[in-house]
Amino acid sequence: MIEWFAIIVGAILFFLMIPMFYRIWVGPTAYDRILAVNAIGTKTAVLLVIIGTLFERVDMFVDFAIAYALLNFLASVVVSRYLNRTASLKEMEEKAKGAKA
Amino acid sequence: MEAFGISSVLAETVASSAEDLGLLQILGMLLGILGLVFFLGSAVGMIRFPDFYTRMHAVGKGDTLSTMLMLIGFGLLTMEDYSIVSGLVFIKIMAIVLFIYITSPTSTHVLMKAAFEDNHMPLDEKDLKKRKGEKK
Repeated sequence: MIEWFAIIVGAILFFLMIPMFYRIWVGPTAYDRILAVNAIGTKTAVLLVIIGTLFERVDMFVDFAIAYALLNFLASVVVSRYLNRTASLKEMEEKAKGAKA
Repeated sequence: MEAFGISSVLAETVASSAEDLGLLQILGMLLGILGLVFFLGSAVGMIRFPDFYTRMHAVGKGDTLSTMLMLIGFGLLTMEDYSIVSGLVFIKIMAIVLFIYITSPTSTHVLMKAAFEDNHMPLDEKDLKKRKGEKK
């Protein structure tokens, strides 16, 4: 019973990730893509716990889930800081060009 | 004292494969289904909203809440007995829940701040009318 529940919930979770993949594919800006990647990564931590429930080794898979959640948060923050930095650099370049002209 | 040993816990886990749903298991299943419903809302918002900020409104909240609900639900599902081992696993899962409770709004905030400082303005009524005209 519990195994079938875990299988069905995992399958539904995977199929609900498809809209996020769609947003990664067509997303107009880079921020949409990072947002979708962040959501998928958060859900992958849940999926790891579900897989651990299936294998009846939750004590092992929980550690993977912790590591994955940490890496996901770090990646999202680092990429957004990088985009912020490049945006401010672009602004500075434009200001420098305006000052020259 | 035998009930707290690891080997007896493993034997019980293998033996109790089906048909003994306790109160905790039923509660865990309800929480998991509730989390799926919230994630469905988040996925629909990801497709149908027109703007980055509105998408972030859908995903930032729905994703956090659904992740927390599903993790708590599966943590309750795995507590088949009240032994120390399953209690430790449940505490670890609650640590993930606490971590996501802190970090997911933080990453949403950082992303939104980065987008706003990149002069990526939200849509106003003019843009919406223009977009409707393009579709027709």
